[in-house]
Amino acid sequence: MGFLKLEHIHHSYFSNTQAKEVLRNINLEISEGEFVSFIGPSGCGKTTLLSIIAGLFPSTEGNVYIDGEEISAQNQSLIGYMLQQDYLFPWKTIEENVTIGLKIMERSNKTHKVTANALLREVGLPHVGSNFPRELSGGMRQRVALARTLAVNPKILLLDEPFSALDYQSKLKLEDLVVETLKAYQKTAILVTHDIGEAIAMSERVFLFSANPGSLHRVFEIPEVLRKLSPFDVRQHPAYSDVFQTIWKELESLG
Amino acid sequence: MDNTLFKQYQQMLKKEKRFVRLYQFIILLVFFGGWELLSRFGWIDRLIFSSPTYVWQTFIEKVSDGSLTLHVGVTLMETVIGFIAGTLLGTLIASVLWWSPLLSKVLDPYLVILNAMPKVALGPILIVALGPGYFSIIAMGALISIIITTIVVYTAFKGVDPNYSKVLQTFGATKWQIFREVILPASFPTIISTLKVNVGLSWVGVIVGEFLVSSKGLGYLIIYGFQVFNFNLVLMSLLIIAFFATIMYQVVELIEKAIIKK
Repeated sequence: MGFLKLEHIHHSYFSNTQAKEVLRNINLEISEGEFVSFIGPSGCGKTTLLSIIAGLFPSTEGNVYIDGEEISAQNQSLIGYMLQQDYLFPWKTIEENVTIGLKIMERSNKTHKVTANALLREVGLPHVGSNFPRELSGGMRQRVALARTLAVNPKILLLDEPFSALDYQSKLKLEDLVVETLKAYQKTAILVTHDIGEAIAMSERVFLFSANPGSLHRVFEIPEVLRKLSPFDVRQHPAYSDVFQTIWKELESLG
Repeated sequence: MDNTLFKQYQQMLKKEKRFVRLYQFIILLVFFGGWELLSRFGWIDRLIFSSPTYVWQTFIEKVSDGSLTLHVGVTLMETVIGFIAGTLLGTLIASVLWWSPLLSKVLDPYLVILNAMPKVALGPILIVALGPGYFSIIAMGALISIIITTIVVYTAFKGVDPNYSKVLQTFGATKWQIFREVILPASFPTIISTLKVNVGLSWVGVIVGEFLVSSKGLGYLIIYGFQVFNFNLVLMSLLIIAFFATIMYQVVELIEKAIIKK
């Protein structure tokens, strides 16, 4: 029994000139606490699929179940969603940014400060609560965005290329932090990326999608030896390049 | 070394500032001095162009008989209320349009027409409909800025990066929460800049309104001075309008600084 279950997901976008099928018959299951990646050529509908899982809009056909509950616009499960950029609100302090989810969900105000401080410490930014986002570097801001995502204690984390706007060094550091934090909280997570290395380094399984229309092409199991290592160490491990080659060839074959 | 260079730089800035202030003062002096001299030597018609001393005499006279305070008070009150009402209503209509995309599609051509239309041309109708009093003048002051505020603020609402809304949607935010937490605060800079435009527009609306109603206010003084050919009065009113319009603009700038700082 999967923690997250997608059944026969089809999705089409309609414009006034055409209907474009972006997802065709997606079926997959992810178990609790698992970290998986979605990779594929551009236009394979990865982000669309993530939005459907998040309940931002319904799929044209098919069902999404999280922890046994069906997801719809009316019944959004507790989803944590990280975007390409941090999208911290520039007019709010870091602390207010971290607790915005709690505020939206109208949970009690007193616990906000405690939660914010604890989470900021967790992501290695203990003293920035009263600062504004513009005073922080890109890597720090993305870490705050991680804290904001975790603040509502989501059942599942959806990471939509959250490292793509960062410089290489910050990216590597943040990868380690994300994996470490999610392991500590036992969170289920889906990472969308077009970086094969990132997918291998961070996840336990890699789902490869093909484009036009987007469908699930193949699933790769990452070897046990790599799963135990931090993303940074995975990249140094001899087994890493074999896995990379396998996925690379498969991705190439999709054209 | 760095320290001395920095001090030099600061001194240069100070010097430049003094230079600017000096020339601003000289322009002011030349304007009023030249005006006075030209008028004294009869190079411009004193009956039409008056002179600073005559304007000053009229000012003292009107202040001492108490009539000026009344007129200034009336005009200021009308302008401030018209300005605030125009900005608030414009923002409110923009919010409604943002709320309902269908409504905004329906109303789009009407907004274009209303925006293109010279609002002061509605003056006579307003006076007939609302009566020749404060209310129709305030309505003029507001009307002149409502449509442009609506259009500019609505465009700002729509221009807010949808990813900010997406962040809140993932937390299950309602439309009202998205508006309050994202759309409105993200549009504050635009709203403030429309405030600056609206200050000027409200003065136009109110002065024209007072031209038409002709009972009280600085607009009335101008039209009255024109009719009895007392241009001392006309020019004095103009200078007072310039003074208070500047003050209002400065207040808006202070508000802007306070908000942007946040």
